[in-house]
Formats: sequence, structure tokens, C-alpha cells
Amino acid sequence: MELYEQTAHELRDLLIKKEISSQELTEAFCEHIAQVEGYVQAYVTTTREQALKAAQDFDQKLAKGEETAPLAGIPMALKDNMSTKDIRTTCSSKILENYIPPYDATVVKKLQATGMVMLGKLNMDEFAMGSSTENSRFFQTKNPWDLERVPGGSSGGAAAAVAASEAAYTLGSDTGGSIRQPAAYCGVVGLKPTYGLVSRFGLLAFASSLDQIGPLTKDVTDCALVLQQIAGHDPLDSTSANLPVPNYQEALVPDVKGLKVGVPKEYFAAGLDPEVEKIVQQSIRQFEDLGAIIEETSLPHTEYALPAYYVIAPAECSSNLARYDGVRYGYRDTDAQDIVSMFMKTRDEGFGQEVKRRIMIGTYALSSGYYDAYYLKALKVRTLIKQDFDQAFAKYDILLTPTTTSPAFKFGEKSADPVSMYLSDICTVTINLAGVPAISIPCGFSNGLPVGLQIIAKPFGESTLFRAAYAFEKATNYHEQRPQLGVK
Amino acid sequence: MAAEYEAVIGLEVHVELKTKSKIFCGCTTEFGGEPNTHVCPVCLGLPGVLPVLNKKVVDYAIKAGLALNCQIASFSKFDRKNYYYPDLPKNFQTSQYDLPIAEHGFLDIEVDGVEKRIGITRIHMEEDAGKLMHSGETIVSSTSSLVDYNRTGVPLIEIVSEPDMRSAEEARAYLEKLKAIIEYTEVSDCKMEEGSLRCDANISVRPKGTEKFGTKVEIKNMNSFRALQRAVEYEIERQIDLNEDGGKVIQETRSWDDTKGVTVSMRSKEEANDYRYFPEPDLVPLVIDKEWVDSIKETMPELPDARKKRLVEEIGLSSYDASVITSSKDLAEFFDRTMEHYQDAKIVANWLMGELLRLLNAKGQTIKESPITPQALAELLILQDKGTISGKIAKQVFEEMFNTGQSAENIVKEKGLVQISDEGAIGAIVEKVIANNPQSVEDFKNGKKQAIGFLVGQVMKETKGKANPALVNKLLNEKLQNI
Ligand SMILES: [Zn+2]
Repeated sequence: MELYEQTAHELRDLLIKKEISSQELTEAFCEHIAQVEGYVQAYVTTTREQALKAAQDFDQKLAKGEETAPLAGIPMALKDNMSTKDIRTTCSSKILENYIPPYDATVVKKLQATGMVMLGKLNMDEFAMGSSTENSRFFQTKNPWDLERVPGGSSGGAAAAVAASEAAYTLGSDTGGSIRQPAAYCGVVGLKPTYGLVSRFGLLAFASSLDQIGPLTKDVTDCALVLQQIAGHDPLDSTSANLPVPNYQEALVPDVKGLKVGVPKEYFAAGLDPEVEKIVQQSIRQFEDLGAIIEETSLPHTEYALPAYYVIAPAECSSNLARYDGVRYGYRDTDAQDIVSMFMKTRDEGFGQEVKRRIMIGTYALSSGYYDAYYLKALKVRTLIKQDFDQAFAKYDILLTPTTTSPAFKFGEKSADPVSMYLSDICTVTINLAGVPAISIPCGFSNGLPVGLQIIAKPFGESTLFRAAYAFEKATNYHEQRPQLGVK
Repeated sequence: MAAEYEAVIGLEVHVELKTKSKIFCGCTTEFGGEPNTHVCPVCLGLPGVLPVLNKKVVDYAIKAGLALNCQIASFSKFDRKNYYYPDLPKNFQTSQYDLPIAEHGFLDIEVDGVEKRIGITRIHMEEDAGKLMHSGETIVSSTSSLVDYNRTGVPLIEIVSEPDMRSAEEARAYLEKLKAIIEYTEVSDCKMEEGSLRCDANISVRPKGTEKFGTKVEIKNMNSFRALQRAVEYEIERQIDLNEDGGKVIQETRSWDDTKGVTVSMRSKEEANDYRYFPEPDLVPLVIDKEWVDSIKETMPELPDARKKRLVEEIGLSSYDASVITSSKDLAEFFDRTMEHYQDAKIVANWLMGELLRLLNAKGQTIKESPITPQALAELLILQDKGTISGKIAKQVFEEMFNTGQSAENIVKEKGLVQISDEGAIGAIVEKVIANNPQSVEDFKNGKKQAIGFLVGQVMKETKGKANPALVNKLLNEKLQNI
């Protein structure tokens, strides 16, 4: 296995044993990126110089015998919706094409404090709106398992980069499945933490009450390591929980004996690809073989999740994206003759179709006369969905579901039909509405394409997620598969 | 004809709170400063930033709520008010909508001796916007405009009254009383000229005796009590005239032009915004327990009405004098501190309301800037009581004190203003005056008692006002009786 194909914790061991230096490792990644990026197109911006400088700093520290944090010196990358000081942060939008933030997101600060080596910023659906990364205003990222297929979205660049070994790990953001769905499509591990566990400060908001930053990694151990670095209370984020962060490494024990597992029947309904269903059912049996207690259960309000999500998320987005008006930063239409036309033309030209569609849906849903019928109703549904999960977690430690209803689809297959695209998030959006944590792990292949298993736990139950995911991973080898990009 | 109508007036008052830092970030709230120097990514609403509520803002809002007899909400939240304007960095304002921090209060006003209670509908917290600076006279005639975001995120409370006022005088009295109460709580410096207290008025007229409200018009941009009163008067007249002429009042927002003395249309209801309020997802709801409210109650100072009551009942001031003295916290403080050194309340009140306010107003100064301290005033009054100077001289000395900052004693000494109380000296002058004014003496003898006033004046003139007036009167009477 090539150096860059290894997991972060394996690379960590090599660094500590001084078998490689961070600089060598970073150069190896940069070289690999140069080779495969033409196929994958995961990066919006690469920051080779800064990465090499950070790697050298780490090497010097290590040489001096200084204590280094786990993950220090290991090349990684960020979805391009996390604010990075002096480094272009675009949200893959024309409106922010040349925006250079003056401050770092809290996750960036936390990783920097541990010796982050950042290779660059990753492609995404514009403002994180989409399920395929086809909505990037710049270019499409390809699925490394099949370049004719989408990597998923909106963290498609982040998932593809890990799958194609263009970064040891990445951070994505998940509003309705934007980490888990591309993780499933690209055969990597993706975690949407509990809402409030990871600070959102510096995350360019899509829908504030749903957004959460999380890791995309090659295996569960890496996922736990990354979460450990970025989790915790942030005084700059009022919605971040003021709770101690557990030691997630301690949860990595391959033991699920007696673990009570609920399988919500609503996730195995019509529309689920039979091949995916078969693979997920096999995975559930795998848990049973490992000693977990499996029971069918019900989350009765699941069918209302998607409509509620497609009211709440656009409503918040219509407000969050109002600031992009050409007055202070970003793209501005310079032909307009007055301020109102400047606002309108800037936004018309600066935003892509999907973003505009959601802004209009959200504006409509919040407008007087429709608020009660749409937004307020959606909030009520959200409460019912939360109650579904409360009831389920009174009985079960985890819930198991497919992450997606099918493997990665082909480019263009759904992009002409927004509703069919929205339906591809059906297994994941409920989790964001409920605010609970969920992880997607590789659980098999359908015609050579990865399939993801979604494990859900109660709020702040990340340790349980890791324990279950780790036990499954130890008993299988799907996570060790690497896509063949035809380049070596 | 106009007497058949009655006005219905409600006020919306924005008060800038006196916190050191802004409502959602750590930037300073200091007034002025180079444009865009009191800003950070948070108050500029840069992509990705989040607000963090300044607890002091909530403390102040609770305090204002208690001072205005409101119920403090145990559960409150922030909402987003969405609208586009270049001075609004996020194109939404974080404000409060359906669950404001305080509701159901009141304050009492007095106009022409008649007391009236005005309801306070609600008080809510919100952030201020920035300021546009146009290259031309108005936004329309400008070729370019610049934005200063220094004020962005400065904490405000908006105090909304019930439509309980019926005249411009009542509106003015309400605003004056509101300002006094807020000043007493010290949650704002209430500087109208710096915009830290701003007032909008909702005005409608209806035929007297009817229940139904007329069409309401909102007036903006009134930045003084006088402007408020004039604007309301003008608008009531305008609406009555429209009704009389068979026209129709349209629901709109109008702006007060202080130089022209008219209201002008800004935008009509048809153009009005749909603010699309919804709960601010970046802030958690605000839970205010009894302990929090109680801890604020403990810091509550004596308010104008209580203070007025104390001055009337304990010190014996007239209701009118007590109202004037307590209408400004600084004036009331000045009064109390003078009383520590000099105990005749009526005399102190007269001096403050008369001489001191007259001189301050003439110079455009506030009571805080008074060159005369309470103690210095007391010393002057004591000199007068001791007979060292006459009342007339005292006013002269006071003015001198005001202009130079010197003590009364120094001025009296330096200018030789000590009252003449020597019976012999005054007697001599009295005799001289009697001798020089035989006509007046004659008049007096003939029963024209007021002639004595002229003779007293002549004695005072001779002594440059230094003669003890009581003594002058006594001696004049004695000598005239003996003639
Ligand atoms: Zn600031």
C-alpha cells in the first residue's frame, strides 16, 4: 500500500517512529494529488506552500522531542465552507469566488493548535446545497470508484479526497446528510456529530439549526481521533454544548455483545435499491453474529421528515444568504445603476440555480400568510420526529439503517429533477432534524460501488457509535478497499 | 371644526443601552471613532460568524422593564427581522418578535395638572444598524454613499407604548417622563442629539366619541422633545384637514422635516416590508429566573415618581416644584446634594429652577456641566441668610460664580459686596434720600403708601444694592413717621 493510502493513525505511527517526516509525507500527498486530481477534481484551492511550512514546523518540533498532538503533521483538507484566514473560502460559489476571510473558524483554530497540515480547500455543492456536488459553480468532483458517477454531496470533494487518498482525512459539513451520503457513495467513514458538539463558528451557514461539522476518514479509529480534536464547547458559538468531551479512543473496543439495536422499518420501504437492502440486511446480521440484540422498530414520523426539512433548511438559508449582496465583499455586479438593482443583479449572477431555488422556497415559506402553514408546521413535525427518537433510544442503544437508498448515481441522472435529487437524502435528513449523531461506514459493494451503513445514537452518544462501528469494522474489511484510479 | 376630532398617538422609542461592548460581540460601543474601526467579523456579519449574547444587555433590559412597571418574561427569545439595506451587514436584524423581554407596563404623566397613565405594550432588545453617509444632500441626489458600521451591533431596547395619548402635549410629556425614568436607571445616557434616544410616533385621528381607530401614519426622525411636539401637532392638523376636505388619510411612513416644519411621505403601506420574522437559530432561548430579576431589582435606584413623592411629603416642596426637580436625574441629584449643606428646600428649588437653569440653558449646557457645585450654591445661600449680602446682590454673585467658577465668599470680598447693616450708615443715607425727594415724601404723607418703594429704591441705588433691605424699610418708616 502506498504511503498516502494509509490511515491517519497508521501515518501517525510512522511519524512518531521517525520512519518518515511530515515533509516527506506532505510531498507524497502533493505528488499524488498532482497525479489524480485531473480525474477526481476534489480541490477548489490547494495550499501546498502553507502545508509544507506546517509540516516542517511539525518535524522540528518532533526533532526537539516536543509533545505533539495526535493527527499533528498529517496532511488533511477542509470543505470550502470553513473560514480560513488569508485563504480563499468560496463555498464553491461565484459570489464568494475571490473572498479571503480575515479570521479562522474554530475547528481550524483547534486543528492548528494541534499542528494541522492543510493541503487545501475542497469542492462542494454551492453553499452546501445539493446531493451530488454537481451544483458547484466551478467544476464537478468525480466519484473515485467510478469517474462517471457523482461523489455525493454536498461534501463530495471532502469524501472523494479521502477515498482517492488526496488527504488523510477531511472535514465536511452535514445539514441533511452532506457528510454521510457522500461518505457512503465514496466508501469512507463519515460522521455527523450531535448538534452542538462541534462549534459552528466560522462555518459558512446554510441552515443554522441543522448544520454540523464532522470528519470524513478512512476508518473508524481516524474518525474518533478527528472528532476528539474538534469537539467541545466554544464560547463563540451559543449553540455549542457546554459538556465535557469523552475520550473517544476508549470507545474503540470490538465488542457489541448485548448492545440493543433497533431497525426502523420506515428506512426499508419502497424506493430502497434491492442490492443495497441486501447488503444492509447482511450487515445487520453481522451485528447479530457479534452478539447484538436486533429488533425491528418504528420511527412513525419519518415520512414527514423530508418535507419538513425542505421547508426549514431553505427558510434558514434564505436569511443566512441574504448577506451576500455585493456591498461588503465577494462578487458585485458593477453595471447596475442603483442600489436595489445592484443587490438583485449581484445575487442573480452570483448564485447558482439550486441556491436561488432554495432562497425562493425559504422566502415563500417565511412570508406572512404562509408562515403558519409551512414553517410553523415544519417546526411541529420536527418536534414529533425528535420524540420518535427519544422513544426509540429509551429502548435501543443504536439504530441501524442504510445511509442511502442506492449507490452513487451517474452525472446528470437526477440533476434535471430536483425532487428526485431531494429524495436521495431521505435516509439522512431525519437525523439532522432530530439533532442526534449518526455515522456512515462502508458495509459492502454493489456492482463495485460502495454501500454505506448508517448507525444512529442518542444525543452525545458518539462513543456508542464508535464502539458499534469499530466492532463492525474489525469483523469486516470493506474499509480497507481502495478505488483503482488507473494511476499508480 | 377641528374640535370634533381626537388624536390617537402611540410612541415607539429606541434607547441605546450604555454597555461597554456590543450586543453580540466584544467590540466597543463608544460613540464616534474613525469609520469602521469599532468592528469585527461578528458585527460585520462576515460569512460564518455567530452572535453571542452580551448578558449585560439583558440586565439592562430587565432593569428598564422593571422601571416601567413591566412584567419580565421568564422565557424570551431572539428572532430575525429580514430586510435589505446597505447599513445592515447581514440583511437581517436580530431582534425580538413574539416573546419580548418585558410587557404590560405603564408610566404616569401629568399635563396641565391632570394625571394620566400611559400603557407600555412591550420592551424588546435588538441590535443597531450602521450609518450611511451620502455624497449629496439625500440618498436620491447622491452619486455615491459610504457605510460606517461602527454603530452596528450597539444594543438597543425598543419601548412601544399603547395608543393612549391624545395630544402633542401628552406625547411630549410621555417622552420626557420616559427619558427621565431611563436616565434614573442609568441603562442609557439618553443623549437625543447623539441618537441614543430616538422616537417614532404612530398617529391617527377619529371623530370624538367613536371607538374605531382612524388610518394610522408613522412619523420618523424626531430627535428632540420640541420636534416631537411640533411633528405631532402638524400631523394631527394635516389629518384633520384631510378628513374635513373629504380626502383620505393613507397608511404610510412619513418623515419629520424640522427646518420646514412639515411631515413628508417616505413610503406607503403598499411598499411596506414583509419582515419574515423567524426564531434566530444561532442563539438559544433566554430563560430568566426569579433570582436574576431579583438581583436586578436590588440595583434599582429611586425613580422619578418615588423621588417626587419624597420631596413633596418629606421636604414639603410643592407638587409642581418636585416634578420639575425630579424630571432630570442630574437636577434631582444637584438638589439633594445642595440640601446636604443648606436646608431650605423651597429656596434651593427656586434657585435651581430659576437662576441655574436659566444660565445653563442660555449657554446650552447640562446640569452636569454646571460650573457651580451644590456646595458653592449652599455657601451663597448661607451668606444671604446671614445678611452678609442682600438677595439682589446674591443673584449678581451667582452669575459671577457661574462665569468664573469662584466661590461666593471670594466674589463678595473682592467686589466689596458685603451688605450694609450699620444702622448709622444707612440712617444717614435714608435722611439724604428723604431730603432729596420731597415730592415722594409728600405723596407718602398724603396716603400714597407705594411711594415708599421709590424711596427704598433710591437708598439701594445710593448703596449699590448693598444696604440691608429690611433695615432700609425699618429706618425709612421710622423717619417718615417722624416727619
Ligand atoms: Zn464586533
